[in-house]
Amino acid sequence: MALAKRIIPCLDVDDGRVVKGVQFVDIRDAGDPVEVAKRYDEQGADEITFLDITATAHERDTTVHMVEEVASQVFIPLTVGGGIRSVEDIRTMLNAGADKVAINSAAIFNPAFVQEACDAFGSQCIVVAIDAKKVSLEGEPNKWEIFTHGGRRETGIDAVEWAIKMQQLGAGEILLTSMDRDGTKVGFDLELTRAISDSVKIPVIASGGVGELEHLAAGVTEGHAEAVLAASIFHFGQHTVEEAKLAMQKEGIEVRL
Amino acid sequence: MDQKLVAVIDYGMGNLRSVSKAAEHVAPSNTRITVTHDPKVIDAADAIIFPGQGAAKACMQALQDTGMIHPVQDAVKEKPFLGICMGLQVLMSHSDENDGVKCMDVIKGNVKHFGFAEDSPLKTPHMGWNQILQSKEHALWHQIPQDSRFYFVHSYYVQPENNDYISGETTHGITYPSVLSHDNLFAIQAHPEKSAEHGLQLFKNFLEWNGQ
Repeated sequence: MALAKRIIPCLDVDDGRVVKGVQFVDIRDAGDPVEVAKRYDEQGADEITFLDITATAHERDTTVHMVEEVASQVFIPLTVGGGIRSVEDIRTMLNAGADKVAINSAAIFNPAFVQEACDAFGSQCIVVAIDAKKVSLEGEPNKWEIFTHGGRRETGIDAVEWAIKMQQLGAGEILLTSMDRDGTKVGFDLELTRAISDSVKIPVIASGGVGELEHLAAGVTEGHAEAVLAASIFHFGQHTVEEAKLAMQKEGIEVRL
Repeated sequence: MDQKLVAVIDYGMGNLRSVSKAAEHVAPSNTRITVTHDPKVIDAADAIIFPGQGAAKACMQALQDTGMIHPVQDAVKEKPFLGICMGLQVLMSHSDENDGVKCMDVIKGNVKHFGFAEDSPLKTPHMGWNQILQSKEHALWHQIPQDSRFYFVHSYYVQPENNDYISGETTHGITYPSVLSHDNLFAIQAHPEKSAEHGLQLFKNFLEWNGQ
């Protein structure tokens, strides 16, 4: 009897619609966030993360409405990330029904914002998203740094030190994405995941690179992550969340079935 | 059928929407769920849901500022009462959070930090889906299988002086009381509003419960 490791499907949202084409075999409108969220809930998803990629304020209002719709019909934890820059942004998302928000670049530009957010709403709803890339060369000791703008812009900040600092500022959880692996389908950067997970007391969600079910279990057993996040393997009916959980269970990992 | 009014207590601590939405989702047609900070409505309500989030100190301060302490203390003696998460912890006498906070003293006992050793692989907050061992029969466990998983997020846990209050236990490094009940009171550390079908079943049971 223990805490289950979590599986979290991640959805990109633009103007209140799920993009990157989530396709279930028997779903009418694949872009409808309520239908998609419901389907993942039925499959046993432990949480759902929405990444808002919209640019304009008007589209952002649509996202808020979308969160309201999903939260009134799907009763599992919902995290919303993307464009969270102020206490007001957080309040809006929580009031709409999100349980947590993920703060990414705003934490880099102003680390005190993380503390302000935790003081205002509690650590339990503040996730810090870290996008990291390996900067050490072959043969050198491993080193990863934080990148912004989808991995294009370096910051010179050491990823492990950053994670420790975010914990000190009150973050309740870390969503760790390897920018080297994101979209590659070759699996998590397990060394990165382990380096961060072993350095902090707060839970770490591994992200970036899942292409096969075995990758998920490795994130927990070798990466020491508390939760694993994936997008494409679930979106196109390649695997259900339930299949992913059974695969993790086979590896001796405690899951919620 | 008689109309039934269920009050979700609002003391300004963020999002109560998920709690009221989950209750509404399973409420019978004669039952109205209302979110309120009006003592008169709390007094008139047939049942009370007392959610909570954030830190103990801020929670007690908000209860104080909104004049909710006495209405809650009265309600807990009189009618079906469901405490959730921080809404369980602040019912205790005292919490160790924020260098020590005096709480509502509805249930004698303390609120303690998990306090795992530096080299422990266990994470704090205790965040995610864990099992509840139903250590006592209760109307609110109706149709919820033994050891079902609920969603938890917390760093502190309750320790009642009287073990007879314990209706559920959960293990995260230690085994601690995750559900306390006494007469018309049922209070749970997990978030039923985020615990999918078992959480919804718990709300359904609560809305049908007469407090006996």
